[in-house]
Amino acid sequence: MTLTALLTFIAVCALATFAARVLPFVALARQAEHPLILHLGRYLPPAVMLILVIYALRDFRPLIEGRLNAGPQGWPLVIASALVVGLHLWRRHALVSILGGTATYMAMIQLGWMP
Amino acid sequence: MNSRRAWHEALVATLPVMFGYLPLGAAFGILAGEVGVPVWGAALMSLTIYAGAGQFLALAGVGAGAGLTEVAVATLMLNSRHLFYGLSLLGRFEGAGWRKPYLIFALTDETYSLLTSQPRHTADPAQAFRISLLNQGWWVLGSLAGALAGAALTFDSRGIEFVLTALFIVLTLEQARRLRRGLPFGIALICGLGALLLLPERHLLLGAIGSASLILLAHYRWSTTPRTETSA
Repeated sequence: MTLTALLTFIAVCALATFAARVLPFVALARQAEHPLILHLGRYLPPAVMLILVIYALRDFRPLIEGRLNAGPQGWPLVIASALVVGLHLWRRHALVSILGGTATYMAMIQLGWMP
Repeated sequence: MNSRRAWHEALVATLPVMFGYLPLGAAFGILAGEVGVPVWGAALMSLTIYAGAGQFLALAGVGAGAGLTEVAVATLMLNSRHLFYGLSLLGRFEGAGWRKPYLIFALTDETYSLLTSQPRHTADPAQAFRISLLNQGWWVLGSLAGALAGAALTFDSRGIEFVLTALFIVLTLEQARRLRRGLPFGIALICGLGALLLLPERHLLLGAIGSASLILLAHYRWSTTPRTETSA
């Protein structure tokens, strides 16, 4: 790939990414106070957050695979996630919950521990 | 709040993202080297494109010699979920002044999650700017390290990607604590699990977030219609 080709390629990707992010701000600049926009502003973030969790846990797919422990990351994902929830409900310290769960997950994956 | 303390608070808030972005950025940098993108090219991509999945897609495009139109369309499709992020931040970014273009540019999944979970008193545009800037800093740093060290960077980081899953779990709990309403979580469960069952993986996020937005829109219409009828 020549220098010009690479730079053009990067520019196209950058513009397409920015376009998706900026479009609502340009198209709806005057509607920020509209009740529908306020409604979405209130309820969309929590919905997106849970969807991102479901997406991140997609490798655990008992519904599709038909078995409870589907996929090589199945149980470690469930156990580490439950640990994050438990830690957070208990101490409510974001870093402790996140690092505790991640360290446990990494240990299970790297040591190949599967119940 | 003085500026030092504000930066410190932003740093602490972005730590989970740091643990996710450094290794993920490094993976991107290593892969960039493998498909023949020079170190400065990898760094430039993380500086100007700044999208996790989008940049991996771009590398696949470089490797396959994809056409520019094809790449533009694929990138737009992949990032179209960000359309809905903007919808819920219109008010928040109003009055952000010179910071606004950068806040919009830097709106990744992780930054969006952190910004919408900030308690009200730290939700000012200056703090949002610090958080956004630090997050991209981690991403660029990781990419650069990966591109420079290449495959020589071999510490055992298997499983570290779970850090972003854990971040989303914690932020979901925080949102639930603040909102105390089941509605958005019920909608997310239906849309998320529905998309998981019905859609191929590459359309999963867009399908789930798009349908959740549509249901919220329908819910708005449905819950406001009776009121306007009685007032008419």
